[in-house]
Amino acid sequence: MAKLTKEFSKGIIAENPVLRLVLGTCPTLATTTSVESAVGMGLAASIVLVCSNIVISALRKVIPDKVRIPAYIVVIASFVTIVQMAVKAFLPSLDEQLGVYLPLIVVNCIILGRAEAFAGKNPVLASAVDGLGMGVGFTAALFLMGAVREIFGAGTFLGTGVPFLESNPMLIFILPPGGFFVYGILMAAVNRMAEKKGKPRAELRGCEACPMAQSCALKKADKEGAN
Amino acid sequence: MSKKLTVSPSPHVRSKETTTGIMLDVIIALIPALIMSVYYFGLRALLLTFVCVGSAVLSEYVCRKVMKRNNTLGDLSAVVTGLILALNLPSSLPLWMGALGSIIAIVVVKQMFGGIGQNFVNPAMTARIILMVSFPTAMAHWVAPFAGSWSPDAVTAATPMAVLAGVEGGDVSAVADALPSLTGMLFGAHGGSMGEVCSLALIAGGFYLIIRKVISPIIPLCFIGTVAVFMLIAGKGSLEFTAYQLLGGGLMLGAFFMATDYSTSPLNKKGKIIFGIGCGLITSVIRIFGSLPEGVSFSIILMNILVPHIENLTLSKPFGFVKEKKGGKA
Repeated sequence: MAKLTKEFSKGIIAENPVLRLVLGTCPTLATTTSVESAVGMGLAASIVLVCSNIVISALRKVIPDKVRIPAYIVVIASFVTIVQMAVKAFLPSLDEQLGVYLPLIVVNCIILGRAEAFAGKNPVLASAVDGLGMGVGFTAALFLMGAVREIFGAGTFLGTGVPFLESNPMLIFILPPGGFFVYGILMAAVNRMAEKKGKPRAELRGCEACPMAQSCALKKADKEGAN
Repeated sequence: MSKKLTVSPSPHVRSKETTTGIMLDVIIALIPALIMSVYYFGLRALLLTFVCVGSAVLSEYVCRKVMKRNNTLGDLSAVVTGLILALNLPSSLPLWMGALGSIIAIVVVKQMFGGIGQNFVNPAMTARIILMVSFPTAMAHWVAPFAGSWSPDAVTAATPMAVLAGVEGGDVSAVADALPSLTGMLFGAHGGSMGEVCSLALIAGGFYLIIRKVISPIIPLCFIGTVAVFMLIAGKGSLEFTAYQLLGGGLMLGAFFMATDYSTSPLNKKGKIIFGIGCGLITSVIRIFGSLPEGVSFSIILMNILVPHIENLTLSKPFGFVKEKKGGKA
């Protein structure tokens, strides 16, 4: 049980996919112009993540190693299609806001990354909990960014006006450069929080820092070459 | 004998130049422009300047304190940043927007990258662009000179740059009514940012800096020269059009005071020439082909970002350096 709690909680701060592992940057920057679309994106990706983790983990002994990536993509794409159809049917306004980024969850590196790094070699329950933790971390990061950008950039929070800011919105927060500013500052803040707990900074330290380091084809070739 | 032969590690010769001294020179050089802006736009201009400088200094102090770093107020760089930012704003801008600009310049652009000398783009210029993108209406509210800018509905005037943007093929006579005379352009009796209107004061300040050897004349000359050549071609040889383009907008302020910022411009001569020409080209292209009437601030920021690459391209060769032959000994 303690192990499962750890698998869940690591995705929230210590290994937050967006803010510490710097994965899934494109949907993060593109869909956080408002809280609604940010949370919608986060939840949609989380559902796909949990479901694909479960199925990939269950099939991990069936899928041949050489074609695992196409196999993972097929699994992920099926769930994305289901989620996309559901959103189209029940939340058409959210579908309009997310636009192309909803089908693009197929190639979201968080989902493929978890499949490759975790679900491909761990039992079903642990994989489901891992997916859930990562999904919560992703949604929380998106919510934070969406909240900051909507409050300052549009002067509203979930559509309700914020006094003063409503009449003087700072447009730059909604625009792409503002997205990068907020992203960078948030990442710095989370790095600092993790640093205080004694965890090392998430920096790009070559292959070692990559969540896929253990199973990476390039890395393996490198090792064999060295031998 | 022992007194004559002092043995000590280098440096043996020290310059008397200090950061504080250089910044003080920049402040002195900006004072004529500030006086002219108060003359044209009234005490509101002075108040906005005080707010900008005050909040720049305050945010520098607080930021250094929070980051647990040493206090750098003494080098006066925060004062310069606040002053340059103020001179880049319209005099009718709400005071809190000016203060916000200063905070962005100091906290986000300067201190987050490590403080003075570590910023990779010009803080005042970036703050101006962020304000311009965030509050497009307030940042384009150009008060006419002597209109008094205390009330928000003071008479506004189109800037010469906005008028010139509609000129086809350098024929200035078509819009002569909307433009001030060339002497008016030189003295600054037209709408615009507080500090950019009086070209004469800016040129005087620029010359002061060059004579005091605070800035090298290469960047301003290349910058202004490139704009002049480009405008002569775009205006089909019309000297009048070129003169308006040179004296209008933020060209003088940008070329003398912002493109020459030490930490965001190249070190050696070749690099400075490339930097100046690049600034001039981007400014001219935005002015002639872009939808914005003015491009000085964007050109400086874009070239700021390229500075590390310019430095790499223009590395000076060490004495006696011989290039290694290709396919030499393995």
